[in-house]
Amino acid sequence: MTRLINWKQLFKVIFLSLFLVFTVFPLYWIFITSLKPGKDMFTFPIHYWPETITFEHYIDIFKISNFGIYITNSLILSVVAGVFSLLIAMLSGYVLARFEFKGKSQVIFAFFITQMIPLFIGLAPLYLLMSKLQLLNKLPSLMLMYTVMMVPFCTVIMKGFFERIPSTLEEAAMIDGCSRLTALFKVIIPVMLPGIAATFIFAFVQCWNELFLAIMFIDKEEAKTIPVAMNSFITKYDIDWGSMSAATVLSVIPTLILFAFAQKYIVEGMTQGSVKG
Amino acid sequence: MKTQTEPVTNRSLPTFSISKHGLFIFLSLLPALLLVAIFIYYPLFKGVIMAFQNYSLFDLTNIEFIGFDNFKAVMAEAGFKESLVNSFYWVFFSLIPQFVIGFGVALLLRRKFRGRGVYQAFIFFPWAMSGFLIGLIWRWMLNGQSGVINDLLLKAGIIDTGIPFLADPTWAMVSVIVANVWYGITFFAIMILAALQSIPDELFEAAKIDGANYFQQLFKITIPYILPTLIVTTLLRIIWILNFPDLIYSLTNGGPAGSTHILSTFMLEKLIMGQNYGQAAAIGVIMIFLLLCFSIFYVLATKFNKAGDF
Repeated sequence: MTRLINWKQLFKVIFLSLFLVFTVFPLYWIFITSLKPGKDMFTFPIHYWPETITFEHYIDIFKISNFGIYITNSLILSVVAGVFSLLIAMLSGYVLARFEFKGKSQVIFAFFITQMIPLFIGLAPLYLLMSKLQLLNKLPSLMLMYTVMMVPFCTVIMKGFFERIPSTLEEAAMIDGCSRLTALFKVIIPVMLPGIAATFIFAFVQCWNELFLAIMFIDKEEAKTIPVAMNSFITKYDIDWGSMSAATVLSVIPTLILFAFAQKYIVEGMTQGSVKG
Repeated sequence: MKTQTEPVTNRSLPTFSISKHGLFIFLSLLPALLLVAIFIYYPLFKGVIMAFQNYSLFDLTNIEFIGFDNFKAVMAEAGFKESLVNSFYWVFFSLIPQFVIGFGVALLLRRKFRGRGVYQAFIFFPWAMSGFLIGLIWRWMLNGQSGVINDLLLKAGIIDTGIPFLADPTWAMVSVIVANVWYGITFFAIMILAALQSIPDELFEAAKIDGANYFQQLFKITIPYILPTLIVTTLLRIIWILNFPDLIYSLTNGGPAGSTHILSTFMLEKLIMGQNYGQAAAIGVIMIFLLLCFSIFYVLATKFNKAGDF
């Protein structure tokens, strides 16, 4: 019996370790590349550990491009869009979790559909809409659109988090004289802060990463986001892999830190929210 | 799971008049619905109309309805047929390994062990990245002359000469699929792990008492219990794999010679490069049509009626 368990454990450890290597290696590799001096980049055989470490590529991207501006733009954009989508999704998620009403399943379906269709069909009309609103080449166009894009999914996650909290909690508060909104903000929200943080981080990461809307709406240097800037690093024939790898590492660090912090709650949120049968 | 079952209490619950209740519901949903209607549904609707117009950015003065001409023009292109066929390969061969490995990882992560949290945080990283970045990273690793993957394969003795991964049409397709599998396993692992953790332990304990072995438990308890999740996750994933062009965009940009184009990258090329919105929209409408047919078939085939209640 004990032998059997050992075999199982061994298999588990081997499989999980191999998978870890498979998952982490590409990240390791882009990181190592970003630290290699330009002359070592294409040498063969490959060094799996850089012989000399340099930060020249990191310094380069700030010198050659406006990387500081791109980071600031992406940061402002993702925080603003994240906060707005969270606030809106909190309201709609709360209502969908707590009330039965006519048309509820249609509302959920309307959100669901947005996850299923190729939204690129609407890209040209959106472009025209943004130019009418005079938002082209301005960050607010992306703030608006990213909020919109995030609302349906965040609503579903929030709905899941609300459903785990017994409604007696706010009902008790309401008996004590709170209005529903006060009860929501004073009683419920403090209880589900982890879920709120996870939802915000999810939205933040998505906005931080978005590329195509940003390409369509922005081509002014001072309004570029990190993905747009990196996209313009790709020239037709070649990529400067030193700068590119440094930019990749810089653009991944914030999301990785946030995601590592939030993954536990995201899994919990999924359990309760989006995947209920 | 729709109705919230309330514990019975002696306390009488607060009552609201219907209208007050209704107003609250309405006002709370309003921002979300309004934004989605104006900035998702309206452009989408306009886009579908564009598919039937000769809509090109180069000549906006002369827009008229041209029936199915965009569809005919697009379908006559060799690139369209290739993208359509590639889309099937892309979806099928990306999905199967993602599903199998993701399921395996989730099963192994179900029971708590020391360091699980840290492990989970590491393997969930791909989900925090964009397809665009992942495409870039793999483009670097698959680099023909000095790519690390060639080096690893040579060192392991699997190949004798380097493979021009991104220059050869077949290898390029394999490459984008491998990168996509790398990207997607995490998603399945998260979703399935979440579902696994919702299975009550008593079910397994009862099965163990009845003498069921691991695989019997897997097929008789685990899979039936999480089947709804598996069905919804797979359906959503198939749709996302088909709809998202960013990984291919940065890894091969459809090349070499269009050999890795799928419908969404083909459409994107028309949108960004060609500026032929009418034709791009026509491809989009074809995609919606295919997705719709597939989804209906899928829902019927799996006898699954809760797909709308995700």
